[in-house]
Amino acid sequence: MYGNDFAAADPSGGDLLGQVEAAEAALRAAAARGRGGAVTSGADPEAYFADVIDADQKIEPRDWMPEAYRRTLIRQIAQHAHSEIIGMQPEGNWISRAPSLKRKAILLAKVQDEAGHGLYLYAAAETLGVSRDELVDLLISGRQKYSSIFNYPTLTWADVGVIGWLVDGAAIVNQVPLCRCSYGPYARAMIRVCKEESFHQRQGYEILHTLAHGTPAQRAMAQDAVDRWWYPSLAMFGPPDGDSTHSAQSMAWKIKRFSNDELRQRFVDMCVQQAQTLGLTLPDPDLRWNPERQAYDFTHPDYDELMRVISGDGPCNRQRMEHRRRAHAEGAWVREAAAAYAAKRVGRREKVAA
Amino acid sequence: MHGPFEFTLRLGDDALVAAQRLAEWTSRAPEMEEDVALANIALDQLGAARLLLTYAGELEGAGRDEDALAYLRDDREFRNCLLVELPNGDFAVTMAKLFFLAAYQLPLYTALAGCADERLAAIGAKARKESAYHLDHAALWVRRLGDGTEESHRRMQAAVDGTWPYVHELFAADPAAPVDPATLRGDFDTTVTTVLAEATLTRPETGWTPAGGRDGVHTEHLSYLLAEMQVLHRAHPGARW
Amino acid sequence: MSEGTGQRGGREPSPLWEVFVRARRGLSHTHVGSLHAPDAELALRHARDLYTRRQEGVSIWVVPAGAITASSPDEKDAFFDPAADKVYRHPTFYEVPDGVAHL
Repeated sequence: MYGNDFAAADPSGGDLLGQVEAAEAALRAAAARGRGGAVTSGADPEAYFADVIDADQKIEPRDWMPEAYRRTLIRQIAQHAHSEIIGMQPEGNWISRAPSLKRKAILLAKVQDEAGHGLYLYAAAETLGVSRDELVDLLISGRQKYSSIFNYPTLTWADVGVIGWLVDGAAIVNQVPLCRCSYGPYARAMIRVCKEESFHQRQGYEILHTLAHGTPAQRAMAQDAVDRWWYPSLAMFGPPDGDSTHSAQSMAWKIKRFSNDELRQRFVDMCVQQAQTLGLTLPDPDLRWNPERQAYDFTHPDYDELMRVISGDGPCNRQRMEHRRRAHAEGAWVREAAAAYAAKRVGRREKVAA
Repeated sequence: MHGPFEFTLRLGDDALVAAQRLAEWTSRAPEMEEDVALANIALDQLGAARLLLTYAGELEGAGRDEDALAYLRDDREFRNCLLVELPNGDFAVTMAKLFFLAAYQLPLYTALAGCADERLAAIGAKARKESAYHLDHAALWVRRLGDGTEESHRRMQAAVDGTWPYVHELFAADPAAPVDPATLRGDFDTTVTTVLAEATLTRPETGWTPAGGRDGVHTEHLSYLLAEMQVLHRAHPGARW
Repeated sequence: MSEGTGQRGGREPSPLWEVFVRARRGLSHTHVGSLHAPDAELALRHARDLYTRRQEGVSIWVVPAGAITASSPDEKDAFFDPAADKVYRHPTFYEVPDGVAHL
């Protein structure tokens, strides 16, 4: 169990914002509650760390932590940050062609939020003693990955809607439990991110709803987008539990709260009714309610395809990386100029002082 | 002689085309923080464009809303200045364009805030705060690039030289308009002279003063910009989005 | 900082700034996060864009991270709502058809 506050955040009830707020309240409640153990940080750091985790309190940057905990968090937070930054590209692709000025403003604000989320997350990772420059290097040299989903192309305007509904929906299902992550800066960044992402998901749903109730061509565009994005969205939860390498330890450390398959199931169960309201079909003939499990049976995504996309052979991996590398390289002279300007100011001030 | 419709349309088109160009930077800025900043400015310009085009449509009285004006006019019907439609170029060119645009929009919107037309006054009052922010931002970068490295100085000076001829069009006299652009030139020159000096840049001298945007005679760049912006909307006539 | 932090091609990494925001009159400045910028003016500018999305009436402090001396790990953060004039940033701006859950 995850503490007595957990019932309030049961995903079967309440909307996502409610769950995020419950996580925020739990964070404060655990901090106020104090810990059972009387271990202090100085005497036995390992016992102190375990005690804090047991009490559902947060580990903070200057606390002692196991090296593997630190490394796991750096990898996870960095990959999350990279995903936000790379994720700007597929949607950004449609800003210039958004079909109304209102949609253009919304999409621009949304993609801007992704940049902001990437920056919150890089900042959270930096509290673990790694610099953003290093993390950016790891991304553009291909040594760290980002979410596989962004290696698929956005071919029509409806893809923007589907990314909001399914991709952001899946991301939120993944992220809401991270609001309760044991590492304080990550949990706080996720609370902020989730609050903002709720708007993303709703704007996507609204786009699709409008298309699905529009002209026959718009409707076909919406269904085609759902058909292309459904399985890649399911794959966002990662490989099945049996094949997931990092899960058990992350669960023990309360970095991760639910397994890949649990979250995937939760996502499917949410989407079925939402798709019905849209009047669109999820492309899975075997999708049906299972009264015994009280959940939907569904066809799993092709995990071999997921592995191929993660390892670099998705439709857009090369394009996304090239785009990021070019932006970084072409910006170098600007960053250098800003640094040189700042150095000159400091130099002049010192001269005046002397 | 131009009526308030024409005047409002010019301002709206300036803001719309500027927003479209600035938004092209999304995911391409020199630093991730700057990506957020450029998107903010693009959103402000787009917000102003929507208010202005909506009002222009009402003034015209032909039932055109913001989207009809943005998506269903051809390049010869657009009334924006040439400056905003020029390609983004490198970051220095974008900052030079933004700097000159904001140094013009700030006194323009400030004057508009005091004009007799209540709707335009309200738009001016909102937009002038945003313009002040845009001007600060652009000036901040013009100073850093001008007085940064040798390379950035060279690029910034080239950007100023390349865009400067296009500023003259902004101030063509129109005494009947709610705000006569010719009256804004003094403020503009003061701002520009100060910032360029701080940035160790030279203010160009030019006898070439291209114009025509206000009459719908544009550079070759505009119709490409519009083709991209309008393609989806036009492919589905009458559809809701 | 961990070993091997930061240096590539001889360029110093851009300094880290901690950001504090006064959300409304009457409240204290609260730590909201951090960002990178080469100088204070740019740090302030980015802080405004990133952490307040330009909401009017707030006051922002930026402090070089290196200038902070910390006594304990006990840090508390505040959370900000997006700027009030960008209604489309708020989920309630969107019409959700009746009966749709989990959105």
